[in-house]
Amino acid sequence: MAINWFKYSSPATFYPLAGRISPWFAGAAAILLVVGLYMSFFVAPTDYKQGEGYRIIFIHVPAAWMSMVIYLVMAGWAAAGMIWRTRLSSMMATALAPTGAMFTFLALWTGALWGKPMWGTWWVWDARLTSELILLFLYIGFMALESAIDDPRRAARASGLLALVGVVNIPIIYYSVQWWNTLHQGSSIKFDGGGVQSSMTDIMLWTLLIMALACWLYTIAVVLTRVRSIILERESGSVWVKEMLQEKK
Amino acid sequence: MAEFFAMGTHGAYIWGSYGVTALFMVGETILVLRHKRTLLQRLGRMVRLNAEEQR
Amino acid sequence: MLAALWCIVQRDLTLAMRHRSDVLTTVFFFVIVVSLFPLGVGPDTELLRSMAAGVVWVAALLASMLSLTRLFADDYVDGTLEQLLLVPQPLALMVLGKIVAHWLISGLPLVLMSPLLGLQFGLSGDALWMLMVTLLLGTPVLSLIGAIGAALTLGLRGGGVLVSLLVLPLYIPVLIFGAGAVEASVVGMGADGHLSLMGAILVLALLLAPWASAAALRISVE
Repeated sequence: MAINWFKYSSPATFYPLAGRISPWFAGAAAILLVVGLYMSFFVAPTDYKQGEGYRIIFIHVPAAWMSMVIYLVMAGWAAAGMIWRTRLSSMMATALAPTGAMFTFLALWTGALWGKPMWGTWWVWDARLTSELILLFLYIGFMALESAIDDPRRAARASGLLALVGVVNIPIIYYSVQWWNTLHQGSSIKFDGGGVQSSMTDIMLWTLLIMALACWLYTIAVVLTRVRSIILERESGSVWVKEMLQEKK
Repeated sequence: MAEFFAMGTHGAYIWGSYGVTALFMVGETILVLRHKRTLLQRLGRMVRLNAEEQR
Repeated sequence: MLAALWCIVQRDLTLAMRHRSDVLTTVFFFVIVVSLFPLGVGPDTELLRSMAAGVVWVAALLASMLSLTRLFADDYVDGTLEQLLLVPQPLALMVLGKIVAHWLISGLPLVLMSPLLGLQFGLSGDALWMLMVTLLLGTPVLSLIGAIGAALTLGLRGGGVLVSLLVLPLYIPVLIFGAGAVEASVVGMGADGHLSLMGAILVLALLLAPWASAAALRISVE
């Protein structure tokens, strides 16, 4: 009954599997994005407090969720790579980082564009904004270390360790930033979704969830494609890659 | 139509957010796919070269 | 085991004393960075007093990072590090020894210099004392976390810049609580909460960082 998951931890078996399933994720992501975008602009009602400006929430919140979840997943793969020494795990971590960094940047960007009309400022040193910025730094550090090491095996293990160190630090950083923020109460603006959270109608919530799911599927599709490239690069000397390339021709 | 794009007074902010997000997501997709294609071409060329040498 | 630890500390200290200029560079860097700030923002005493803690702390972060690249690099180049990996004592302990030595060389002088710099910024006696105490609790954490970064970037091109990219975000909690404690005592609030949190961070770093740096060293040297 038990499925042998380790079978798929071998790059040679995972490569074709990823190739088969990634178009499905991409297609589902595209459909959900279209539905989600339609809902966010035409179905979701205008917010009584924030007017049309609140519509940024439908990409801001999914992007912020993704930025955090991807880091956790990345650290999870890194840990798996450390424990079972599976090559695929570290490749997954490497493939996740750029997308995670992208969503972190997007969360900051859309947050700034939302903050300007709502609070009258592009940036406040709010606990959440600051943590998100630090998260972006962590992603950049991970990718910089990854690309600075020439030996792929060492690069994978070193960046994996860094991801784990980062994930231990994230709660400490988060709470320290929050605490720091309450100390400097005067300059900060407290916000809890800017009144949207409390008055969020069902339709808004559904739109938000659909957009979040679309981002998930998009991430899976992109990461699977990227991990295939990484597999090819790292395994380019192996027999199965050569055979596959010869068949292709 | 113009009213829709104006989004009340927040048009610039909304389209700025959605536009940049779309740009990034489309851009990432294109980059990833192009990287895969060039990689396959390069590796394929190498395999062919090796095969010719062995002949 | 403690003998081995002590041996490492002694060895690193002896080596550092032979290159005294390295140690002095770190301290002078610290002093210069702190002294630049009044020149940049103007001599307004009130303003300087309110930002003193932050300035001294940021300068301390940068100064302790400067010397990080040397933590393992020399041993790596002359092959000592490989021998260190082979000794029967646990590697984490050896790494801890090196970290302790690094702190004594680059962290402790900063702690001792800090009251002088605080005076430049017009801090009161209490605040000066608090500045020293927080630096005393915080700089070991900087060395501990920094060791992980130094071990990960060992022997890489441009390792010095890279290490700052990896390590600085992880320093943030120490910066927040360290500067926060001094600020709290400047405005006359208690800083016990800050200090106990810094102590907790120090203990956590002491438990985890040597172990993580040892793992990183094995990855880098292999």
